[in-house]
Amino acid sequence: MQLTDNLEGLINAKPLVPFDDDVLEFFGDLSKQLTKVREYSDVATFGFWCRKAALLKEKSNYNDLDKRLGKGVVFHSTPSNVPVNFAFSLAAGLLAGNANIVRLPGKNFEQVEIIVNAVNELLAGKHKNLAPYINFVKYPPNKELHDKFSAVCDVRVIWGGDNTINELRQSPLKPRATELTFADRYSVAVINADEYINAQDKEKIAQDFYNDTYFTDQNACTSPRIVYWLGSNIDEAKSTFWGKLHTLVKSKYELAPVQSVGKLSALYKAAANMPINYCKSADNYITRAEINNTDENLMEFKYNSGFFFEQSIAELKEILPICGERLQTLTYYGLSNDELAFFFTEHRPKGIDRAVPFGKSMDFSLVWDGHDLISQLSRKVIIS
Amino acid sequence: MFNEILQLSPFSLSKSEKELLLTRRLSELTNHHIKNCPEYASILSGIGFDIAECGSYYDLPFLPVSLFKELDLKSITQEEIFKVMTSSGTTGQAVSKIYLDKTTANNQQKALAKIVSEFTGSSRMPMLIIDSPSVIKNRTMFSARGAGILGFSIFGADKAYALNDDMEIDLPAIEAFFEKHSGKRILLFGFTFMVWSHFYKELLKIKHRFDLHNGILIHGGGWKKLVGESVSKSEFKSKLTDICGLNDIHDYYGMVEQTGCIYMECEHGHLHASIFSDVITRRHIDFSPCEFGEPGIVQVVSVLPESYPGHSLLTEDEGVILGEDDCPCGRKGKYFQINGRLKMAEIRGCSDTYAVNR
Repeated sequence: MQLTDNLEGLINAKPLVPFDDDVLEFFGDLSKQLTKVREYSDVATFGFWCRKAALLKEKSNYNDLDKRLGKGVVFHSTPSNVPVNFAFSLAAGLLAGNANIVRLPGKNFEQVEIIVNAVNELLAGKHKNLAPYINFVKYPPNKELHDKFSAVCDVRVIWGGDNTINELRQSPLKPRATELTFADRYSVAVINADEYINAQDKEKIAQDFYNDTYFTDQNACTSPRIVYWLGSNIDEAKSTFWGKLHTLVKSKYELAPVQSVGKLSALYKAAANMPINYCKSADNYITRAEINNTDENLMEFKYNSGFFFEQSIAELKEILPICGERLQTLTYYGLSNDELAFFFTEHRPKGIDRAVPFGKSMDFSLVWDGHDLISQLSRKVIIS
Repeated sequence: MFNEILQLSPFSLSKSEKELLLTRRLSELTNHHIKNCPEYASILSGIGFDIAECGSYYDLPFLPVSLFKELDLKSITQEEIFKVMTSSGTTGQAVSKIYLDKTTANNQQKALAKIVSEFTGSSRMPMLIIDSPSVIKNRTMFSARGAGILGFSIFGADKAYALNDDMEIDLPAIEAFFEKHSGKRILLFGFTFMVWSHFYKELLKIKHRFDLHNGILIHGGGWKKLVGESVSKSEFKSKLTDICGLNDIHDYYGMVEQTGCIYMECEHGHLHASIFSDVITRRHIDFSPCEFGEPGIVQVVSVLPESYPGHSLLTEDEGVILGEDDCPCGRKGKYFQINGRLKMAEIRGCSDTYAVNR
């Protein structure tokens, strides 16, 4: 992983059309390598996502691609503690038709190494022509390098952490360059209790919810921090749902002592500030606090490692106080698309960029945080 | 009720007697803080706590110490605040704020005197403080170090500081002090890290050897800063004995959130709980109490805190209870060791990297 000293190849690389054939071929070959990886499910997930057939399906969602070209150079700064996000970001940049500088996570992850090695192998062989379009860099926060890469890019993409965003914003962009930022956000879950009680696959529902939360220590932007219950049989649904989740968490999740202490502290801090009702549990794997209404500042008391606020609601609109610009994802079980669509058109909340079923919160999409990445990373050429 | 406890010898009660006493006093304090600290009342109501269900002080709630950084917890009015003690957080970190009125501050002093005189005898001694005089100059905000020094100062008849304001060893001052009190038993007091880095290591550099075989050293504040230098407890002692003859050395465990009722290390290297306080180690999975010998998160209870709800706290330390009532030193009560801070956990997520813990 050498640092890019010579940026010329990159700057002179011609923009490509979105979903260029060579690019699709490249991802197809990369996918074959990565779907073989058994040790890391996140690597395999990316491999599966970038199958040629899957990308062709993505391509079919656009109807103006023949009028589009990549913007030029995209500089991606990726989150330091999510291993595979950089690969999705690169894919978006390349699929949109750009040459890319990808700043890899600061932490050493084996997943990163696997993907980078596979990419480099393809660039050294069959896909040599794409070499100028893919440049990995890795460095601790460094103003000089931030400046250098920011000065040559046409779009800067910054993933996560308000601090990282503020830090990179100290480095000027070219006058015409644009920027996409993915800041700190949070998410909620909604369950229809009656639908849940009728569900046949309650184990899978628990596993899906686990993947949305505990898999990332409930600390990803997409991890629900509040669980809302709709329907009439809420008590019964709750006891079954949390019971199944508990069994799963107990068998799979490693809870460290500082996490137990942290959750207790978060619970008490919340209790000192608002009326809550702690749901007593035999152990510390799942910490739940019932609330009667949602205050707009509730997320100030959010915590991770399996710490949930929970509220029974009669109508979905009761979640509106929390639907500010920081609310990213609504994960749901037992709600219909019509019901959700009605909620958005009727109440027009400032936040929530996606509503996805349980288990899908981490699924990457070329539309992220409300931005259509292919459109934002390309330009439309008008010929009249 | 505190005054009754004060009449007793600090290491005199056996398990069943102490449990009765602590259950009575700590239940009384719990009710007192429910009445006088609205946040505390709100917390206990939020977790559905009912004191009627408590058979023992083991069943009372414990507040994580970090809560004193997040919330202003006090059971006194603004006018009754006598002083505010703060934990020594590094710059930029939140600090604990502990609110004291005159009663609680006095009780802390009395408890400390009772405990420490069991080790030093009750007569006051010339005292050399291994720190710089500047740490106690700002009296409005008390740091943990300043509070420790002031607290222990009651044992000193004549006091001198071993370090100057720049944290350098002040040899002329030390020499003059030893000369003045030659032949007498001298009390040395300081924080473990200061004693090692600013006293022992400086003594190593000079040729002159002091004779302190008649002295007693009391040190505390934890070993965390010394971990990097890999100094073990026994090495700490033997090196000090080698360089100045000092062999009566006692570590202590204590925290600003429960000033006064410190845990002194006995001749056998065990930390001891006095009748003013107790330690319970708990399992992180469900907070149930550990067996003796099983490491767990340290909970500390104290009969002292009336001005703030700090009578039952969950620390961020890991410790092991070694036994109760049967330490070879003869002192009653639990004896234990501290293993250090709970390990940090690297938390996943897509935000800026950070770890739990302070």
